[in-house]
Amino acid sequence: MTAAIISATEKIGGLTIDIASGFGRSWLFLFRTIVGIFKLPFRFGLFLQQMYQIGVNSTLVIALIGVFTGAVLAVQGEYTLSKFGATAFTGSAVALSLIRELGPVLTALMVIGRAGSAITAEIGIMRITEQIDALRSMAVDPIRYLMVPRFLAGIIAMPLLTSIFIVIGIAGGYLVATTLLGLNPGTFMSEMISAVDTVDVYSGLIKALVFGFVFGWVSCYKGYTCGFGAVGVNKATTQSVVTASVAVLVLDYFLTTLLTKYIFQ
Amino acid sequence: MISVRDLHKRFGRQIVLDGIDLDIEEGKTTTVVGPSGVGKSVLLKIIMGILKPEKGEVRINGRSMTAAKSESEKNEIRSSLGVLFQAAALFDSLTVYDNIAFPLRERGSHSEAEIRKKALEMIEALSLEPYVLKYPEEISMGIRKRVGMARALMTNPSILLFDEPNTGLDPLVGQEVYDLIKETRARWGFTGIVISHELPEVFQVSDKVVMLLNGKIEMQGTPEEFISSDNPAVIQFLNGKIDGPIKIQ
Ligand SMILES: Nc1ncnc2c1ncn2[C@@H]1O[C@H](COP(=O)(O)OP(=O)(O)OP(=O)(O)O)[C@@H](O)[C@H]1O
Ligand SMILES: [Mg+2]
Repeated sequence: MTAAIISATEKIGGLTIDIASGFGRSWLFLFRTIVGIFKLPFRFGLFLQQMYQIGVNSTLVIALIGVFTGAVLAVQGEYTLSKFGATAFTGSAVALSLIRELGPVLTALMVIGRAGSAITAEIGIMRITEQIDALRSMAVDPIRYLMVPRFLAGIIAMPLLTSIFIVIGIAGGYLVATTLLGLNPGTFMSEMISAVDTVDVYSGLIKALVFGFVFGWVSCYKGYTCGFGAVGVNKATTQSVVTASVAVLVLDYFLTTLLTKYIFQ
Repeated sequence: MISVRDLHKRFGRQIVLDGIDLDIEEGKTTTVVGPSGVGKSVLLKIIMGILKPEKGEVRINGRSMTAAKSESEKNEIRSSLGVLFQAAALFDSLTVYDNIAFPLRERGSHSEAEIRKKALEMIEALSLEPYVLKYPEEISMGIRKRVGMARALMTNPSILLFDEPNTGLDPLVGQEVYDLIKETRARWGFTGIVISHELPEVFQVSDKVVMLLNGKIEMQGTPEEFISSDNPAVIQFLNGKIDGPIKIQ
């Protein structure tokens, strides 16, 4: 009995130490990555490659879900607003939801699923096949060579992809609202323009920037600290997607509150 | 010349190296043998400065890798090292040519023409011409190891480290790798550490053999001394017997 208690205590203690040291290591990793950004010479070629991988390669899927999200928002918005006889505001509802909320969040979730898992798997495989050790043995800093380009590309690509998502989403909403729902195109546009403030655009883009940061940090870190074998890569990839997605949704709440209630009030 | 003094390394509770003293002579090849999981790769990584020991020192050509304060100080010491990794560790995203050119490109002190000249020299020496535009996944493990060798030799290292140069190879290609090590040594000359559990095949490239067991050095000597040894662990390992002092986990 006492043996069982001791072993359970040991397990809990061990787990606590693991969690605490993992936490510390992930911050140290972030710190080293950020320092790495400012070390010269800047690896522009590697950065462009990642912009292509993360940004260009995600554009199509972002555009696709953008159209449908905008379309759904128009249908749902019109339905809800019709209860108050306010369908004229459908354009505003579509645009505000996309700009402030759904654009940044859905883009982030999509990029995490597509590019984040790929980054973690790629770096994880480089870890288990000793490619990262090989880099170090050749005096190449893996943080600068592998992490910095991905991290930075994530931070820059995310607001850009979010903008594409929003613009295409609004177009999708407009199309559905003016054809299927028979709303007046002029009203849709003018109500939208008068309702949306620059502050809304700012808060959407700030969110996207933060999500890009989280995306790069989590997917690089999970790959870099990946465990042994195929199982290790598998676990790291799953954890990377789950951690980053949860972080985005939780942060979204805090950011929304912070931005609307305190910063841009 | 590499000297290892009183090296201790553990992972959590698992003690991997428990006081290793080792001298690697200049211009000679020292082979480190021992059963799987004994810590051979760990020892190599400590020598490369990639893992940090709890205690002990590694000196390479008189400079202490373990006491090096910064990564750039370590990099200076590493500049005399070339490494052939266990599964070659070629970069998947680069072609064979770019893999070979990589170490010199990253040094940033050579023109692309100089890099090309050196890379072509290596490609020719190791008969890699047919593969230069291929990616690592498109070539066999034997060829990958040759590419890894070419990459390791690009910077003219005075010390070469081989981590199990012929795991994953059939006996014929395995023999090719040994021949390659011999040829390279005859042509360029280097101080070598070869990690292996292939006894007695690896003896053909060994001047000195060191056997690790349970975190310590069980025996060191010439290949001849190993073959005629009466140490039960050595006999067991040489003959591949299940019974004996080496316990298989
Ligand atoms: N980064 C690490 N973290 C935790 N444990 C490790 C790490 N690297 C190695 N080990 C453990 O240290 C022990 C020695 O590993 P090492 O890879 O040196 O063995 P080896 O002698 O090279 O074996 P093999 O012949 O199979 O390559 C193993 O039990 C391994 O699980
Ligand atoms: Mg090994």
